[in-house]
Amino acid sequence: MRRVVITGTGIYSAIGKNLEEVRNSLVNGRSGIVLDPERKAYGYQSALTGYVERPNLKGILDRRSRVCMPDHAEYAYVSTVEALKNARIEKDFLKDHEIGVVFGNDSSTPAVIQSADIVREKKDTNLIGSGSVFQSMNSSVTMNLSVIFGLRGVNFTLSAACASGSHAVGMGYLLIKHGYQDCIICGGAQEVNLFCVASFDALNAFSKKESDPQGASRPFDRKRDGLVPSGGAATLILEDLDHALKRGAPILGELIGYGFSSDGVHISVPNVDGPVRAIRIALQDAGIGPESVDYINAHATSTPLGDENEAKAIVGVFGDHSPVVTSTKSMTGHELWMAGASEIVYSLLMMQHSFIAPNINFEEPDEHTGKLNITNRTLKQDINMFLSNSFGFGGTNSSIIVKKYKQS
Amino acid sequence: MTREDIITAINNFLTEEFEIEETQIQPAARLRDDLGLESLDFVDIAVIVQKEFGITLKGEEMTGIKTLNDLYEYIFKFTNN
Repeated sequence: MRRVVITGTGIYSAIGKNLEEVRNSLVNGRSGIVLDPERKAYGYQSALTGYVERPNLKGILDRRSRVCMPDHAEYAYVSTVEALKNARIEKDFLKDHEIGVVFGNDSSTPAVIQSADIVREKKDTNLIGSGSVFQSMNSSVTMNLSVIFGLRGVNFTLSAACASGSHAVGMGYLLIKHGYQDCIICGGAQEVNLFCVASFDALNAFSKKESDPQGASRPFDRKRDGLVPSGGAATLILEDLDHALKRGAPILGELIGYGFSSDGVHISVPNVDGPVRAIRIALQDAGIGPESVDYINAHATSTPLGDENEAKAIVGVFGDHSPVVTSTKSMTGHELWMAGASEIVYSLLMMQHSFIAPNINFEEPDEHTGKLNITNRTLKQDINMFLSNSFGFGGTNSSIIVKKYKQS
Repeated sequence: MTREDIITAINNFLTEEFEIEETQIQPAARLRDDLGLESLDFVDIAVIVQKEFGITLKGEEMTGIKTLNDLYEYIFKFTNN
């Protein structure tokens, strides 16, 4: 089997528009959550959201490219430019090699609503315009990125609810590990607009702490009352080790384990067994025991039952010797389809710079989360190996293990 | 609407929306070969023409419009009928 390494990352999120800004936010425990009055006026029960500014790509991309891009494809373009630059991959290299793209994404809402509104009012599809169909499809991000960057390898989107980004990275890992591709642009993207999470809000799943936006996302804390939606995009360049070494690429980490499972129980309520199996499969794939993991970037979204069951799953695998656990969603909010990819980028930043970002707003545990080794302060600590969990609706689970790259 | 009004409106949306250089905007300019417009762009031109002039362009009617002048004439003919 081939070894799979990460040679570049890029990020565009509520806590920073590039790696440097995000690193500062992670170190300083800075929240990116705001209250959006427009959502309140629209009818949201909770108007809390991660704030993500739309990039202005006029003058950077031509009109044809821009017209076909929804907001999350724009975020993904920016994060991918950063990742390719860091991986030292130039345009000509993309043209001359079979480079793939696999992103996690599970919605693309405004174009669907806006085109339906036009046809209802005008009774004529001629008036929808050319960009709508490309903006409205789930594969919008990968179809746009593949054309813009001239990619010639594997090209598809992976949809798996809030584990989409993690499974996309896992899928890229498998395709490279088994020799089908040498290099894949992987990641996750999440739209942030007025329409995108209204139906999610209908489930009463969002925090109601509107008077304290930055204190609303409080994974594992006793007073948690729901998640805060957020978004943006994260990109990781996954590469066969030999391919990376041959072109002298920087190596940020080695992806050594991917575990997946399905609860098979409930459409929205997570269980314990599914995540336990995903984590164990990832450990087995990596060929390591639980004691080798230095840090767990938890899925924990700040929902009462989700965090409780993840705590039980972690205790189930790691026993009483839990490595340090934090949920960066305490700062970013829940980045949904993007989260599994972005949280690997966040954890890689911690690994590269020897710190563990705090689980802000964690003030008091409950009887389950108290069994974990959670920190609400930034720790200065080397990380040799981390585990990143992502779980989603329908009981889809994904666990990824990354270790510091060592030649052997 | 005068012919001049129509020419100004069309030229404006070509420069502002389609980001075509003003120097390229000549009556004899071919929409595809000179201005670089493609089939997807004609879908958007149909939307703008409907908003600006209240005329519904159908795809099959667009095929006869080769140059910018053809477009001016087409719109002028409709708005003055």
